[in-house]
Amino acid sequence: MGNGQEMAQRTTGNKEVSFLQDAPGSKEFSCVFKVVLLGSSSVGKTSLAYRYVKKDFQDSLPTVGCSFFNQCVTLDATTVKLEIWDTAGQEKYHSVCHLYYRGANAALLVYDITRKESFEKAKVWLSELEKEFLQNEIVIILVGNKLDLSEEREVTIEEAKEFAKTNCILYTETSAKSDYQVTELFVTLAHELLELEQQKEKLRHTTHWKKSRVDLQETASRRMKCCQK
Amino acid sequence: MAADVHKKGGDVPNGSLVPKDGRHAERSESPTPGLAQGTEPGAGQEGAMFVHAQSYEDLTSTENPDATVQIPGGREDAQSDQTKIEEISKDFSKLSTQLTGIALDLEEEMRQSKEDKQDLSPKASRRDSVLSGKEDEGVSMDAWHMHQKHVFVLSEAGKPVYSRYGSEEALSSTMGVMMALVSFVEVQKNAIRSIHADGYKVVFVRRSPLVLVAVARTRQSEQEIAQELLYIYYQILSLLTLTQLNRIFQQKQNYDLRRLLAGSERITDNLLDLMARDPSFLMGAARCLPMASGVRDIVSTCLQQAKAKSLVFAILLAKNQLVSLVRKKDQFLHHIDLHLLFNLISSSSSFREGEAWTPICLPKFNSSGFFSAHISYLEQDTDLCLLLISTDREDFFTVSDCKRKFQDRLKKRGVYQALLEALHTPFYSVSQVGIPFLRHFIYKSKSSGLFTSPEIEAPYITEKEKERLLGLYQYLHSRAHNSSRPLMNIYYTGSHENLLAWVTNAFELYVCFSPLGTKAAAVSAVHKLMRWIRKEEDRLFILTPQTY
Ligand SMILES: Nc1nc2c(ncn2[C@@H]2O[C@H](COP(=O)(O)OP(=O)(O)OP(=O)(O)O)[C@@H](O)[C@H]2O)c(=O)[nH]1
Ligand SMILES: [Mg+2]
Repeated sequence: MGNGQEMAQRTTGNKEVSFLQDAPGSKEFSCVFKVVLLGSSSVGKTSLAYRYVKKDFQDSLPTVGCSFFNQCVTLDATTVKLEIWDTAGQEKYHSVCHLYYRGANAALLVYDITRKESFEKAKVWLSELEKEFLQNEIVIILVGNKLDLSEEREVTIEEAKEFAKTNCILYTETSAKSDYQVTELFVTLAHELLELEQQKEKLRHTTHWKKSRVDLQETASRRMKCCQK
Repeated sequence: MAADVHKKGGDVPNGSLVPKDGRHAERSESPTPGLAQGTEPGAGQEGAMFVHAQSYEDLTSTENPDATVQIPGGREDAQSDQTKIEEISKDFSKLSTQLTGIALDLEEEMRQSKEDKQDLSPKASRRDSVLSGKEDEGVSMDAWHMHQKHVFVLSEAGKPVYSRYGSEEALSSTMGVMMALVSFVEVQKNAIRSIHADGYKVVFVRRSPLVLVAVARTRQSEQEIAQELLYIYYQILSLLTLTQLNRIFQQKQNYDLRRLLAGSERITDNLLDLMARDPSFLMGAARCLPMASGVRDIVSTCLQQAKAKSLVFAILLAKNQLVSLVRKKDQFLHHIDLHLLFNLISSSSSFREGEAWTPICLPKFNSSGFFSAHISYLEQDTDLCLLLISTDREDFFTVSDCKRKFQDRLKKRGVYQALLEALHTPFYSVSQVGIPFLRHFIYKSKSSGLFTSPEIEAPYITEKEKERLLGLYQYLHSRAHNSSRPLMNIYYTGSHENLLAWVTNAFELYVCFSPLGTKAAAVSAVHKLMRWIRKEEDRLFILTPQTY
């Protein structure tokens, strides 16, 4: 879908809209971030989202297409809204997955620590993402799930860590079932997103400064979008 | 129009179901067989929501799915009713013995299949191939006997694609045999062929690049079994599109399609289960959730007003019953597509969380492309599911917003509570009709593609008894729609129940009476029943469908 340049533009476009006034009561600005969960079927993407959003675990069925959740995280003084896109890992949906991760601010690459091939698949997802995004444009976390089944482990901590390090992405292990490190994962994610956002904001200011002219049309359309929301 | 709807909404509190506005003046009270299509009870006031479809249309049509096939003469020509009756009663008595004596039959047939090895029927060849293979519970003939119907899908190269019971892996040698049979029986593409052996029917449907096979010991007609196989075919298309399917097999004849279908088997399993239970499939129609027309009209208006450019269909449903359907002007949904959507939703509890956004092909609408479906429940613990079908896969947030708008409108207009209340009574009791020996019925309005049916009550209490009743209807239906000799009227007196079928241009009616009544009483009961349906039609059907 489109070339890299277009994609980058679209991403910044999204970013502009994502600053909006928070719900009544809070005077803080809140940010909306798009988070996409990627990985093979049955690695536990839906379970992680469900654990985080509903604070519960239940046996889930394979996702059809994609499920969308909203969740707010409050960090210090800022409320961050996460739009979580839980994609289907089944192969027949691969052709549409790029639709779901387009414009994402973060991606969780989930694999099942008891299934080596799901780790390999996570690597493939990373290279897919690298085609679509510039570095520092997106927060990527490698997530080894089903830690409660560690006696059946097929992917060692060392190899996963090594892989994460060489590719400059974050890495953690979780269990959606026993609620291990799931909230921490999303809180870390929110922190990273805010930090990245602040960096980008700085960058944006400096570019603006260099620009001699303000593009009125762009400003107007941005305002429009905000009102619509 | 809008004002009218509003006025009718005002009638709701007093609970009156009788239309007040005299719009039925030209609709006859007591319908007759001469009733023109479009004036029967349940016919929409402003045109239909669905593509008007013949029963078994797919089976009579040729390669070109758009070609409409005229069945010469129509049903009225059937004069040979009398000659058929004898045959029918014979079939019915077989049917009841078969259905009441399952345990015995099963045992007998199991013993038989262990003995005869020389038989060249397909069953025997399967058996041989199995015996030469390794021991496997999944493929042993004994296991097969436990099931009324077995369904396989294979590619034209003979590769397994789907199997109802047992793993496709274990059955692959069987599939090879099937494939050999298919090429043997194949005379022309898209033909149905069947083999009758030993109380079994083996039915083949070929839809390139797939071949579908059913092995059934039900008394369904060949046509009906083939129709079910077609549903399975369409189910696969709805996940992949025909275009993609063709491309795959053009590129690689030997492709293992199970890779792409992995994780969707339960959708197909669910479809087969549903077809055995739910008369919607047999009727080729949808059932509506009964509710006061005033409430339904407001709900439909709210749904219609929550529109977006890319929306083609908006469907509100509750447990496989239609609450409201709004469609883009000039776009009609086919009942098969609607059933596939119902099946998709009922086969997964995962839609209860969050909002789903998924590519979906509606094969009868257009088998070459995907729509994007937004699927969500109005609230997590209600059964109200909203389905928004959009042409634009980028339009998630707009479509998601339509849902919010719809919910806001429902609450603002004060019908949400009434809607929830309607969910408490998804079925009505046949006793409301006031005919003492009437047990159950199915009535379908042909022009609206909607049907109504009361709850199945005593003496059909167990699942098995319910399926038996459906089996009887299936049989009546197949007799009434027999392509060579369609029947307009069927009346059968049996020891367990008396049955009546009445099929006209405008409607289809299948009625089950207690075995005590007479034929004359049944005929007058049917007239009374038709009057009752007319009186209740705006509660039982969607009479004023909305469009964008
Ligand atoms: N033991 C264990 N099982 C888990 C864990 N997380 C998920 N599961 C189980 O793994 C199976 C698949 O989980 P899902 O969350 O549906 O997997 P998914 O990645 O969303 O799969 P798709 O939707 O098909 O892509 C389910 O049976 C879960 O109960 C976990 O942390 N530990
Ligand atoms: Mg999932």
